[in-house]
Amino acid sequence: MLQERIADLSKFVEPDRVRREVYVDPAIFEIEMQRIHERYWIYCGHESQVPKPGDYYAVQIGRQPMLMVRGNDRQVHVLYNRCPHRGNLMCGDRHGNAGDFFRCSYHAWTFHHDGRLRTIPMMESGYAGTRFGPDNPDCSMKQAARVESYRGFVFASLAAEGPGLAEFLGESRVAFDDMCDRAPEGEVEIVPNCFRVIQRSNWKIFLENQLDALHPSVTHQSTGRAAREVEQMIEKNTGQAPLSYHMLSAFATVTIDKWDGFQTLNYPYGHCILTGYMGLRPKDPDTLAYEAVMQKAYGRKRMEEILGVNLHHVLIYPGLSVQSPLQQLRAVRPLGVDRTLTEIWHFRLKGAPEPIYRRSLAYYNLVNSPATLVNADDLENFWKCHQGLSSQAGDWVSFGRHFGRDLEKPGVTETAPNMGTSEAPMRNQMKAWAQFMRNGQ
Amino acid sequence: MSGNELQHEVEQFLYRQADLLDSKKWQEYIDLFDEAGVYWVPADPAHTTWEGMPAIFAEDRNLMTVRMKRVLHPDAWSQRPSWGTNHVVSNVVLQKQAPNGDVEVRSRFHMMELRRDDVRHFAGVYTHHLKKANNAYRIQLQRVDMTNAQAAYDYVLQVWV
Repeated sequence: MLQERIADLSKFVEPDRVRREVYVDPAIFEIEMQRIHERYWIYCGHESQVPKPGDYYAVQIGRQPMLMVRGNDRQVHVLYNRCPHRGNLMCGDRHGNAGDFFRCSYHAWTFHHDGRLRTIPMMESGYAGTRFGPDNPDCSMKQAARVESYRGFVFASLAAEGPGLAEFLGESRVAFDDMCDRAPEGEVEIVPNCFRVIQRSNWKIFLENQLDALHPSVTHQSTGRAAREVEQMIEKNTGQAPLSYHMLSAFATVTIDKWDGFQTLNYPYGHCILTGYMGLRPKDPDTLAYEAVMQKAYGRKRMEEILGVNLHHVLIYPGLSVQSPLQQLRAVRPLGVDRTLTEIWHFRLKGAPEPIYRRSLAYYNLVNSPATLVNADDLENFWKCHQGLSSQAGDWVSFGRHFGRDLEKPGVTETAPNMGTSEAPMRNQMKAWAQFMRNGQ
Repeated sequence: MSGNELQHEVEQFLYRQADLLDSKKWQEYIDLFDEAGVYWVPADPAHTTWEGMPAIFAEDRNLMTVRMKRVLHPDAWSQRPSWGTNHVVSNVVLQKQAPNGDVEVRSRFHMMELRRDDVRHFAGVYTHHLKKANNAYRIQLQRVDMTNAQAAYDYVLQVWV
């Protein structure tokens, strides 16, 4: 019956609207986990999270519990977190060090960091003449079908076939280029803390919000106004308020009419970019000191190119939202049709002066911590959205703003001048969703 | 002042602070903090300073004022559903007492929150650095080590714990 109902899932998506079941139907959720999250490239983590051999992090890909681990061979491997003997999770912690090899806590089978079987207790007496042993690949921990990294950011695909990581990322690579290039040493390293926040809503609602240029001045008006009042009070008292206030007050000072002035760029596979609006290149002494270090590292021309990149958000479908100028990202882990975990990380620009780290850290703490001054209202809207979509009052979710006016160019759909609030990013994501779902049949 | 009196005075301060949170008297709560006071909830109990570290909260009075003004704004959508908290503070132990009357005190708290129909619990250790001035305490530092600091947050925290 289910198969009949979802026989042609692409009928659920039209160019300017989507059926509500796409967000709330548990059967569709199961299928999209199979056909999207467990096939295409999903962000696992950054190589600097696992610096030493045996270091591992648990990561969920679709419905699969996985491990990202640094091997004795220095390679980063991504394995199913499962002992092939009786199916135990190999590692029960979120992260740690496995030592020289993995050892199952149930019957002590051991495995190399790349998942290959190392030893089975009583191998000779217990398994001689059976099909079990080192020659049987089913006795090793299973590896992700494909693992690739780009500038230290590790992705895995659980399907052997499909585009390679570079092709898949396409222009959205700029998220990692922009982040790493801003480091005088051309690399970032993880700040060892993960904020984990659960949203009571479908994973797509969060992704669609990330580049929704109309929502900030509606959703975040309270934060913007509150920050602006205190910013003005500080300016009156001391002349200059920290940049962190500007990051918050921009929600109020960038009024609803101004948002059309920004632009979104929409790429194949559902990736999208929202151009910048916060003006994060002030002329204060900290910034000037940083620019001096950057100029020394890159030369003036290249430094200007790097610091001239003007991004706010890069969305890498189907599970990553990157704010490269502030060196942070949110990885999306769907837990169920109506529950989504976000894992929020911050990175340090290698070779940059401490105040530059502190500046982006302030944004990480104020905006992305579990006590966020900003996202409480987003999550409230997401929950309300999900609840409302459970209603039978209407079948469709509309993505019609500026529909038909976007500029279609080779390899990219750009929003037209002064139409930055176009719902092009949502249309682009759903177009990819429909393609992925169709391809997986 | 006898040890008992001091203990009583510090406990009364902590109870009053908890009551201000539960009765949503935000400005009075902020006014318990010294001009240079800091409210800090470390991301990790192992952290020894709030400066330069990821933190769940790390707020001076100005940032606390932003938070207060946000929740009081009529368009703070997340504040529309009714919600409330109940703090219990106990196990109050004086750690240090300076000749000038400043004290460092450690206590345990348990906060139950109801928002819409959902109950959440947050619990842990308060460490207060209190400055005595004009016969009253003001907070130089309130460190809040939540037992569930590292756990996933089902929704977020909107005001101080």
